[in-house]
Amino acid sequence: MIHFVLLINRQGKVRLTKWYSPYSQKERSKVIRELSGVITTRGPKLCNFVEWTGFKVVYRRYASLYFCMCIDQDDNELEILEIIHHYVEILDRYFGSVCELDLIFNFHKAYYILDEILIAGELQESSKKTVARLIAAQDSLVEAAKEQESSISNIIAQVTKRFTAEAAEIGEHFPAERFSIQGYRYTDVDVCNV
Amino acid sequence: MANPSIMDTLFQRSLEDLIKGIRLQSPDSSTPTSSFLCKSMEEIRREIKSTDPHTKSIALLKLTYLNSIYGFDMSWAAFHVVEVISYPQFPLKKIGYSAATASFHDGTDVLLLLTNQLRKDLSSSNGFEVSLALQCLSVIGTTDLCRDLCNEIFTLLSSTRIYVKKKAIAVVLRVFRKYQDAVGVCFKRLVDNLESSEPQGMSAVVGVFCELTLRDPEGYLPLAPEFYRILIDCKNNWVLIKVLKIFAKLAPLEPRLAKKIVDPICEIMRRTMAKSLMFECIWTVVSSLSEYESAVKLAVVKARELLVDDDPNLKYLGLKALSSLAFNHPWAVVENKDAVISSLSDADPNIKLASLRIVMSMVSEDNVVEISRVLINYSLKSDPDFCNEILRSILTTCSRNYYEVVFDFDWYISLLGEMSRIPYCQRGEEIENQLIDIGMRVKDARQELVRVARDLLIDPALLGNPFLHRILSAAAWVSGEYVELSKSPFELMEALLQPRTSLLPPLIRAVYIQSAFKVLVYCLHSYLLQKEATASSFAADGNTPWIENSAIQGPEGSDLATSELDREFNPRDFSPSFENNGHSISKLSTHKSMVNLLNLTEMALGPLMESHEVEIQERVRNILGVKELVKQEILDHSAQKEENSEKKESDASKIIELIYHSFSEELGPVSASAQARITVPNGLVLKDNLAELEIICGDIELPVSTSFSLGTLHSREKEVLSLDDAASNEDSEPSTESTSLLSEHYKRHKLYYLLERKMMPFPLIIHLPMKVRFRIIRSMISMIL
Repeated sequence: MIHFVLLINRQGKVRLTKWYSPYSQKERSKVIRELSGVITTRGPKLCNFVEWTGFKVVYRRYASLYFCMCIDQDDNELEILEIIHHYVEILDRYFGSVCELDLIFNFHKAYYILDEILIAGELQESSKKTVARLIAAQDSLVEAAKEQESSISNIIAQVTKRFTAEAAEIGEHFPAERFSIQGYRYTDVDVCNV
Repeated sequence: MANPSIMDTLFQRSLEDLIKGIRLQSPDSSTPTSSFLCKSMEEIRREIKSTDPHTKSIALLKLTYLNSIYGFDMSWAAFHVVEVISYPQFPLKKIGYSAATASFHDGTDVLLLLTNQLRKDLSSSNGFEVSLALQCLSVIGTTDLCRDLCNEIFTLLSSTRIYVKKKAIAVVLRVFRKYQDAVGVCFKRLVDNLESSEPQGMSAVVGVFCELTLRDPEGYLPLAPEFYRILIDCKNNWVLIKVLKIFAKLAPLEPRLAKKIVDPICEIMRRTMAKSLMFECIWTVVSSLSEYESAVKLAVVKARELLVDDDPNLKYLGLKALSSLAFNHPWAVVENKDAVISSLSDADPNIKLASLRIVMSMVSEDNVVEISRVLINYSLKSDPDFCNEILRSILTTCSRNYYEVVFDFDWYISLLGEMSRIPYCQRGEEIENQLIDIGMRVKDARQELVRVARDLLIDPALLGNPFLHRILSAAAWVSGEYVELSKSPFELMEALLQPRTSLLPPLIRAVYIQSAFKVLVYCLHSYLLQKEATASSFAADGNTPWIENSAIQGPEGSDLATSELDREFNPRDFSPSFENNGHSISKLSTHKSMVNLLNLTEMALGPLMESHEVEIQERVRNILGVKELVKQEILDHSAQKEENSEKKESDASKIIELIYHSFSEELGPVSASAQARITVPNGLVLKDNLAELEIICGDIELPVSTSFSLGTLHSREKEVLSLDDAASNEDSEPSTESTSLLSEHYKRHKLYYLLERKMMPFPLIIHLPMKVRFRIIRSMISMIL
């Protein structure tokens, strides 16, 4: 099973964490620190698997983000690489040419999408169409619920949004770089499986 | 903290505002990120107490963000999470559930409050609400929760909504693990799901069974026919991978099953284009079906395809597959030997290590020489880490089972010597252990050992390399112990006493000195024996002393020796040296060379007589003491060389002989449990509390060690040294200040000082260690006062 999913950028900043095994708060920080050190220093031509404290960590770099998943010794690494790619493709379809900035500002949406793909550390849905459909359905539910609320806070929030400063890309390089989705495919080779 | 007010509700910052705010904190702005985050946390704490659902849930969303990205603790908000989950609005509920998934754990006490809410949501008509609850349960489910909600899960397992059913199946795994009785309730439905051939649910079901089988294969053997059907029919690669994993666990239990699945698996291996599936097939064959030769052959062919691929991932996996085959099917590795060897120089350290492991598993008596040669060549070309890894694996493999694979110890010892000279070598300790070990166990190899040791000792460059000090220590010990096998003890003595040995750490230097002692005793002994032999033969037949006749070969000399002095020395030790090194011993034993030897000893070791290192001082005094004893006699003998000398055994010769005999006692290997076998004598208390010593010795200052060895092995030592230096740099200001004040005072009031004071020029003080400096200052001050 997958024990956790981490998204780290090249400077070691965390963009998303999802834990499927019990890790205390302190253990989580330790894991993040260790793994970001190991993975961000690996060169581009090296293989995507790392042995780490009795587990295997499979990672892949898309633009400025490293997508990492920690698995047991028994699991198939190529399959996990495919799962990562699956997730990225769905994100790409959802956000339309996804980049790191999208994930920074919509981290809860990235979570919801991940929740549709993995459950309890296992792959849940291998069809991208189905996942896209489910997410769209949930989104419309959320929108419908929101429109029912015409509370003052909403109106004020709308007004004040126009005066909020634009996001400054300070200290982060290429967060707006689009992910290139041409990865080496290991599992779904038949197009009709999509 | 003030109560939540309407202002908070109106002007609450949304998640987006928070994120933008964080990103605006640049390193050079006035408010650093951490204080901004603390401020935001305070805001959140206020807002979350609000009764307005919207405000509360936005606050919770922000809190979840801070928790998952920055690691802020949110366990204090557990009750608020439960509240938010209970809101009927879908988006708010969603926020609550994701917060719960991120932060709840087995120890959270409010989990019980969640039971009812979960139950309600699990039975909801809105599929998405059900899925939220299921997702949450899959991560945080405790035994209590699972027990209480078991029935709901059971119902959902046969739900008509595929979407919900899938998740329920996945949750079953957690439920089974936490609450075993659920197995009886839910298992049948689970199997039903397996049997129904819905493609969408299949992935989830097979995933669950895969996990279950991993833990307990036997229980799921009866389901094998179902899995077989899936294996044949299903076209979904993800599902097939899982099924193969299941079979990998089941096949070893049931040979008939294995026979049945071999063919379909080979078929898949041939057909599929998906690399992950192919690798899974290979792995299944290699791990569980390795008796079927045809399958293994096919697997090896496919593994080779992976090995030669450019993609480093595939190469790594190919090597992994080969390494698990290496034990049972060595032909597989031999076939792909060239690919494996070329991977040794790959850029990726993982690949290099994997191929090294394969190579080491192939080592046997026949090929150990060749493999070692190839590996040493590679190690010379690689980076330090991999070089040491290679050396470590060679050392471990060759020394396994008391050197099982090594049949030619001469070759192995010369290999160890060669390893010592590799620039990056850091395996000093293991090489040292093995050199000494082999020396003790393998008598025939001692000659070669002494030769290699001599080469190592002579080279002055090696003394500067701290990693080699232990090897040099072993070399010195070996040379001293088996000095009778050495070709030229004199040369050995020079090597052991060379000035550069001051670079060695004290303990190793002590070994050198002790070995020098052994060599000296050996030389003295053989010289004195020859002297006596000469004297007797001189007396016997008046021939010219054969000492000066260097052409005398072994047998004659030894005959003479044995006949005359049969009982006074051990012929076993004496004759080999004569037979092997006859002419060199006689060359050595000229009087002049003995005097030179003694002088060399005195010159090299004299300065160390006052060394602060206990080990060194003791040994130096031993050796110089003996030298003193003998010197007189040697000088006497030289005077009496021409005259008749009856064979009188002087005290010195007796002493030398005693020492010589004690050194020629053979040392054998000691077992690790030997100490434990010795019974503690009565009255000896081994575990005494030494705290009382503190009262006695507490104020005694330890002597300052002024010998800094330049080659420090341990970083801790380095730290201490650098700390000393740092401290001494700091203290140099006050000490110079005080000494300059002192010197000022002295200059002005010299007349009134009672004692003649020798003022050390204070720049020199800085070069002394700190403790000594303080002593000087203190003594100066105490002299004034």
